[in-house]
Amino acid sequence: MTLRTPWRTLVLGAIIVALGFLPLAASAYVLSVLTVAYYFAVYAMSWDLLFGFAGEVNFGPTFLIGLGAYAAGLLNNEGVPLWLCVIAGGVAALAGGVLLAVPALRLRGPYFGLVTLVAVLVLQQIVVIFASVTGGEIGLSVADVLSIDPGPNYWYAYGFMLVCGAILVTLSRSALGLILQASGQDAVEAAALGFNVAKHKMAAFCISAVFSGLAGGMVVFYMGTVSVDSVLDIAVGVQVIIAAVLGGRRTIVGAAFGAVFLILADELLRPLGQLNTFLVAAVALVTILFFPDGFMGLLARPGART
Amino acid sequence: MLALQILIDGFAISALYGLGAIGFTLIFGVSGVLNLSHGGIMVVAAITAWAVAGDLHAGTYIGSAAGIVAGLVMALATYGLVVRPIQRSSVIPRDETEIFVLTGTLLWGIMIQEAIAFFFTTNPITVVPMIGGVVNLAGVRVPNNEIMIAGICWLTIGLLWLLVNRTRAGRVLLAASINPRGLTLLGFELSTVYRSVWMIYGVLAGLAGVLLATFLGARSDNIGQLTASAFSIVVLGGLGSVSGSLIAAYVVGYLETLTAYLVAPTLRTIPALLLLVLVVYLRPQGLLGRR
Repeated sequence: MTLRTPWRTLVLGAIIVALGFLPLAASAYVLSVLTVAYYFAVYAMSWDLLFGFAGEVNFGPTFLIGLGAYAAGLLNNEGVPLWLCVIAGGVAALAGGVLLAVPALRLRGPYFGLVTLVAVLVLQQIVVIFASVTGGEIGLSVADVLSIDPGPNYWYAYGFMLVCGAILVTLSRSALGLILQASGQDAVEAAALGFNVAKHKMAAFCISAVFSGLAGGMVVFYMGTVSVDSVLDIAVGVQVIIAAVLGGRRTIVGAAFGAVFLILADELLRPLGQLNTFLVAAVALVTILFFPDGFMGLLARPGART
Repeated sequence: MLALQILIDGFAISALYGLGAIGFTLIFGVSGVLNLSHGGIMVVAAITAWAVAGDLHAGTYIGSAAGIVAGLVMALATYGLVVRPIQRSSVIPRDETEIFVLTGTLLWGIMIQEAIAFFFTTNPITVVPMIGGVVNLAGVRVPNNEIMIAGICWLTIGLLWLLVNRTRAGRVLLAASINPRGLTLLGFELSTVYRSVWMIYGVLAGLAGVLLATFLGARSDNIGQLTASAFSIVVLGGLGSVSGSLIAAYVVGYLETLTAYLVAPTLRTIPALLLLVLVVYLRPQGLLGRR
């Protein structure tokens, strides 16, 4: 909605194309930072579909990401080809998501958030308890990687983000997205209009789960390892939430910008040592206090009320 | 012997959990705020007590007092700098205040955690207990500190009960939790009421943080964990229900102690988590919840 004018579309298109050629010019360091940022963007976009549109706060995005990552990593070590593993990651996250969502979506507000949070803690414990299979806290190395060159890795991540982003944006602007938005804002009225709120929220959760799981699977084959710290920790989930809110909720594209900004800011402020996370959190806090619509809100209509 | 050990250890831990969670539930009950920087406030109190008692050689008593004051100051800062601006903001849609308060206090908690890590330490710290030594209770060696903690926790909880149920100020708090608009119509200033709730909360969280530091130790990396356990105890007991939180604190405390002693210390948090999931599915309003 915010990018409807042809001018904005043109600028966005130019940026998308230019970023695609980045590996020809930028250093391996810049590329690898952006690669991580792009995967992160997919996490944040799929979270935004659930929160921004369906109005459900999922405090445990890493439950879905982690399921996808561990499923992909474990299968790969059994000799399953890489791309099948990534798909299996998506399927595993979908299955876990359904298992979680069927009872959880009956709950409201903080309770739903809590159940998703607890799901992460339980999964984390399971990984640690079955350390002989999962590698426990140290993590698990996988046999295959996408590529050992930063360039192709960058393209994989970039392409993956663009495809996922395009699908999610299209979905969010389709009838499904509108119905979700309606159910998120006023579930009773949406139901009175004849829409099955539970079914649509379930669909949103499933879509969010599939993309989170796929992204988790991709990350495993980018990093070559899967560990609690990288895909499952609550801190990762918190960053996903910050990214989406910072970028502007209910926009999908904003979540991607937020994620890239967050990872870049984290990297640029690294010389500050421990203060860097402090500053990033402070910036995010000030942003949500004064510009609750995030970056996209600023871009769309500066100073306007929503 | 083992049973008695579990009974005594579990009692002290549960009392501390109860004290930690009770302020959290009070804030939610009265003003509808879930404060996700709760763990941060507790650890600030613990670190302050540790620094004043140790680095400034002020001794444990002054250190502990300073810790409680730090908890109070942090609680007021949380309310004044984060929660109130979000609630009064004209750009944040009214029906989304809740999620903004959650995100805002979460970010605030991260800032507290990083500030502690930067200015002090990420290492676990312990505060020297106010009274040392051990006593022999029917064959079980119990540190005096453990008994004192249970005593202080229950004393504080008792005082809070008296405050809420037996004083005029307490009735105002109760009224604010039931019908804020009615209270405003009777001529009470809601923001004053909220500020006093946050002050009570600050003292409770500060005390809990200091006692935690004398008992299990505290560290900045643990802030998320502390918030999560307070949150789960409060949900288990029923959001906003003080007595529910106390019961839940004992259920969780004993479950953890039992698991740690009888199964394995590494699994100690699992049964409580599973119980929480079960309760939330079967009885989402919690043990004694109202909504």
